[in-house]
Amino acid sequence: MNRSSFRHAIPSRSLLKILLPVAIIVGWEVAAILLNKTFILPRLETVFAVLLNPFSGELTFGSGSLFDNAIISLERVIAGFLAAAGLAIPLGVGMGRSEIVHDLFDSLMQLLRPIPPLAWVPLTLAWFKIGLVSMIFIIGMGAFFPILLNTLDGVKGVKKTWIEAAQILGAKERQILSRVILPGAAPTIWTGLRVGFGIAWMCVVAAEMMPGTNSGLGYLIISSYNFGQVPVIIAGMIVIGIIGIGCDYLFKLVDSHSFAWRELER
Amino acid sequence: MTLRIDHLSKQFVKGGRELVTSLSDINFEVGDSEFICLLGPSGCGKTTLLRIIAGLDHPTSGCVLMDGMTVDRPNPKLGMIFQDYSLYPWRTVNENIAFGLELQGVKKTGIQPVVEKYLALAGLSGFGNSYPYELSGGMRQRVAVVRALAVEPSVLLMDEPFGALDAQTRNKLQLDLIDIWVKTRKTIIFVTHSVDEAVFLADRIVVLSPRPGHIREIVTIEEDRPRDRTSVDFAKVRRFVLDLINQ
Ligand SMILES: Nc1ncnc2c1ncn2[C@@H]1O[C@H](COP(=O)(O)OP(=O)(O)OP(=O)(O)O)[C@@H](O)[C@H]1O
Ligand SMILES: [Mg+2]
Repeated sequence: MNRSSFRHAIPSRSLLKILLPVAIIVGWEVAAILLNKTFILPRLETVFAVLLNPFSGELTFGSGSLFDNAIISLERVIAGFLAAAGLAIPLGVGMGRSEIVHDLFDSLMQLLRPIPPLAWVPLTLAWFKIGLVSMIFIIGMGAFFPILLNTLDGVKGVKKTWIEAAQILGAKERQILSRVILPGAAPTIWTGLRVGFGIAWMCVVAAEMMPGTNSGLGYLIISSYNFGQVPVIIAGMIVIGIIGIGCDYLFKLVDSHSFAWRELER
Repeated sequence: MTLRIDHLSKQFVKGGRELVTSLSDINFEVGDSEFICLLGPSGCGKTTLLRIIAGLDHPTSGCVLMDGMTVDRPNPKLGMIFQDYSLYPWRTVNENIAFGLELQGVKKTGIQPVVEKYLALAGLSGFGNSYPYELSGGMRQRVAVVRALAVEPSVLLMDEPFGALDAQTRNKLQLDLIDIWVKTRKTIIFVTHSVDEAVFLADRIVVLSPRPGHIREIVTIEEDRPRDRTSVDFAKVRRFVLDLINQ
């Protein structure tokens, strides 16, 4: 492709990307006016009214403001995510480095992995009752396996000669771990963290819909349903989407900054 | 420093059952500051031998002795340069050269002058903050050489270091290596399958037979350096070694 055609391609491509969202918004507004039923499809303005007052509890009918609930959800997801990462990364490194550790944990992990995080909800409620511990458990279950599998992959993918070159230069096992294995596996581990965080974010919203919860974006959505507040439901969903995109973007930003070598290595 | 390879043999278990003999009864001695080339066809066990000398692999029988002590694990006195350079892509050139010193716990202030010295020796001053992927193959190979030199090994083990390079770069790096060798007086064991390269570089060429590798002959080359590839003597030695290989 030559230069000028490349330059042409850019505006038309970004146009293409926003085409569908714009069409949906316009179609929505038209349909909402024609339908004229707020609890099925509210007018765009009513959703925007909620979104533009993120700090007020008035429009959400006593379920707390959008902002407060978003912060609570974020705190929970970060707690669950960190717990999962704190367990999955060391375990993944251990399984990648030692056959004994690998064989010890492998079958258990294979067995637990296909169980969706939400299938843990009833058992979690029985064990921990409703509360932060249950949330962290379910969120952690969602984030754990992508982090574990990517860590394992990353550690296994560290070149043998990188390790041997370090041994030749006098590295001890601990130094090999901190200066060769971890930096060498870091890009793949980071991918695992990124995927894991995305799943954790989906899990927190679902976990907040558990009976007995009284805060968080998931709670806001489900309680708004009970009050028949469809604009709040949609506003809540939009906020969930935006936070999800934002977090993913931050992960990507670090990736392209710190791990450029993975792509550039020939 | 002397290195002795003593009745060394190596067998691999293939597919869980079959034994493959890769090296059989290798014997030779390497003196201080000597430049040895290991020459042999692909698959004859050159890499295996070098890895055993480096302590990365263990012989099935026999041993490697360094000043009378058995080598059975990697040892900073025995530096090695791998066929694929194996630089750390997340470290800059400077950080790659500094790696061995960092491992030994040398302070930052002590590392910096050493790094600068070796960067200059590699002819890469000005590239210290570049990453390996920003360098050409020949430049990377030079970084790998000085990274190994920075911890001051007595022996440098090099596994077909110039194999992946074009003829011109290769000739240039051979000259540079001779230069470094003259300056540092290291003992070098250099693996190659190029007769020309071996005759150009070595004090002695250890000629290995095809698999299972055993020593066919050890050829001593007296000619002064830098050697002239176009000279009659050079051609004579090369013909002699070629005949040995084609036997
Ligand atoms: N880890 C291993 N397991 C089984 N067989 C091996 C192993 N390493 C080497 N071999 C065998 O030993 C023989 C010698 O291999 P080696 O890599 O030492 O050859 P080489 O002389 O370095 O070849 P090249 O010039 O292609 O690099 C080969 O036949 C190879 O199949
Ligand atoms: Mg080899």
